[in-house]
Amino acid sequence: MSIKKFKWILFWVVLLGAIYFLWPTFFWYQMSPKDRLKAQQTREKIVGKILNLGLDLQGGIHLVLEIDETKLGKDMNVSDALNRAIEIIRNRVDQFGVSEPFIAKQGEKWIVVQLPGIKDPQTAIDLIGKTALLEFRLVENTGAIEKVATKARELGVQLKDIYDENHQIKKEFAEFIPKDYEVLPGKEEGYFLVTATAQVTGAYLTDAKMKIGGQYNMPYVGIDFNRDGAKLFASVTEANIERRLAIVLDSVVQSAPVIRTRIPDGHAIIEGNFTAEEASGLAIVLRAGALPAPVRIIENRTVGPSLGRDSVKAGFVACLVGLLLVVSYMIFYYRFSGLIADAALLLNMLILLGLMSLFHATLTMPGIAGIILTIGMAVDANVLILERVREELRNGKTVRVAIDLGYEKAFSAILDANVTTLIAAAFLFQFGTGPVKGFAVTLTLGIIVSMYTAIVVTHQIYDSWLAGRQIEQLSI
Amino acid sequence: MIQLFKKTNFDFVGKRKSFFAVSSILILISIFSIFFHKGLNFGIDFTGGTLVQLKFNQLISLGDIRSALLKNGINCELQDFPQQHSVIIRIKKGTDEGIAKKIQQILSTEIQNNPFELERTEYVGPTIGKHLINQAFFALFWSFVGIIVYVAFRFKSGIWGVAGVVALIHDVFITIGLFSVINKEISITVIAALLTLAGYSINDTIVIFDRMRENIRLYRKETLYQLINRSVNETLSRTIITSLTVFLVLLSLFFLGGEVIHDFSLALLFGIVIGSYSTIFVAAPIVYEWEIKKTGSRKL
Repeated sequence: MSIKKFKWILFWVVLLGAIYFLWPTFFWYQMSPKDRLKAQQTREKIVGKILNLGLDLQGGIHLVLEIDETKLGKDMNVSDALNRAIEIIRNRVDQFGVSEPFIAKQGEKWIVVQLPGIKDPQTAIDLIGKTALLEFRLVENTGAIEKVATKARELGVQLKDIYDENHQIKKEFAEFIPKDYEVLPGKEEGYFLVTATAQVTGAYLTDAKMKIGGQYNMPYVGIDFNRDGAKLFASVTEANIERRLAIVLDSVVQSAPVIRTRIPDGHAIIEGNFTAEEASGLAIVLRAGALPAPVRIIENRTVGPSLGRDSVKAGFVACLVGLLLVVSYMIFYYRFSGLIADAALLLNMLILLGLMSLFHATLTMPGIAGIILTIGMAVDANVLILERVREELRNGKTVRVAIDLGYEKAFSAILDANVTTLIAAAFLFQFGTGPVKGFAVTLTLGIIVSMYTAIVVTHQIYDSWLAGRQIEQLSI
Repeated sequence: MIQLFKKTNFDFVGKRKSFFAVSSILILISIFSIFFHKGLNFGIDFTGGTLVQLKFNQLISLGDIRSALLKNGINCELQDFPQQHSVIIRIKKGTDEGIAKKIQQILSTEIQNNPFELERTEYVGPTIGKHLINQAFFALFWSFVGIIVYVAFRFKSGIWGVAGVVALIHDVFITIGLFSVINKEISITVIAALLTLAGYSINDTIVIFDRMRENIRLYRKETLYQLINRSVNETLSRTIITSLTVFLVLLSLFFLGGEVIHDFSLALLFGIVIGSYSTIFVAAPIVYEWEIKKTGSRKL
């Protein structure tokens, strides 16, 4: 097979491949929003084949969480805790129902969570950030808390002030607090004196569900313990009948019901004046498990859907107008040769988008900027070549020779210029967070693709055009 | 054949002192503005802080928003986009994660006749900001190193690599200087624009270096002075045409791309102009200046 034939086969493979990979994306954005949602929920195949819109274009949240090392268990290092936390957050997010979430470690103690297309950001943030450490602790029943309260009243301070900055009990209160007990705030009001260690924890949970009912027909969470948990729970309740058992979530007492009987079957309920949303959120985090340590939100970027829609529209218009300007300019300046350069440019766009669909890449606003910039820079290779061809024609070479010399001589400049740009793009990628990374990716792909379309494809078009023909004049 | 330039024969090297003077003035203005006057207006990406962008139903006056927030003890910077009825509220430093919610609550109670929709909120903690500054410098620094090494390797001369990077630092620095002069905010996307500019600027310079490399082989009898002039003149039309096409698409991005991408395109628009200038008037003359210093001869 001749090289020429091979080049044309490659050309058609690339062109058809680009269309093939781009097709699902094209089809997808023709669908109605309702159909798209349905397809996402049923996880249809097409969902994995499209060019995604980034958070900034379809709305969503980007969070960076920092794990609080000081509150880690003794037998756990940061890296293990981070992996465990990621697993649990992924679990929670899956149950919350988000398509295409991104959850990953960043650096030593950070976790990045990206949830595109989310309707209610605040609920999602609460869900992710909650430690959800569930504990059952017995309430002290000899009236020590009243003594503390009396003392506090004498000193004219509030109960929350009995701890100093280091979370140690202040001296003047310490005498009232029995050994192995501590004071925790209640969800609604008041303070509770509870055992410092938990009798039973959420680690024994097998299930948690939101239910509605009970005395006041309020939402509550019903939980089930596994066999060990049920045994433990039965013995604790048996030994402490008529005492109050505090249900503690992340160091806040949700409720503290009185134990009436031994509970043998491992069922328990958590009441706490919840709304239905709160209760179902709590059920989700309990099912998914507790984070190994509390996390703090250190970065939160939320984009509403309307801004995203506007950005997509603006980006699309800017892209079209930019393309139109460059295409007309090239035809105006280089005539027929400009037309060939334009064909290469359009092919470049097609391949670029096809590749991005193939990689299931995410298109961000800076990514669109990268594409637009690619339009401007991709013609540079052809400008270099065409200027060279003109020089050779001025020097009296024939069309055929001038074209071949033009390509030959322009090549080193195109290569070196593009490689240096690639070096800058690579560091951009390395540095990039989120959207900037999207920009680096489109720019890089754009440069690489343009090398093929502008050098190889245009040359073979000239070759085929000149083959067996005696051309005296080149429109350039 | 339409030609921007007929065969030109400008004496770029001969006038290099004037161009060095122009560049020096631009750099001095930048230094003055950055270090002694307005400084750099780093965005919350770097300082840490909160940004809330709201889209109101009707046109809203910034004064109303400011007084509503001030009444509740929130001091902020405001920026509006009257066409979209959008307002950006920025609070730098010393904010916590909950303040975005608080702002929305305050505004929905204080400004009841003009409801709004949340377009975006951003909260960046101080540790993240520091991390990002480090990363940005790291990325800029190592991309410079990478470029010097590559150019030095391809053109078999460290001087050329350094000259190319000097020209690109020139472009990036003056662009940063402009942002200081017009007091525009430097955000992550602007840094991305600066890195892109670095890539574009060196790209432009390389084309001339490539021609010099070729002409040195072709015209062995010419002096470096003549060779550089010849090379810059021969590539002049390409430099202008490519700058024009990139400029055209950036104009489209600037005017039509929406406010998210506005500062990004502004940085690049300006950068491309200054980049083309430095490619033609600065990069190659630096090589010349360096060579005559090195050999101590005036005859090059």
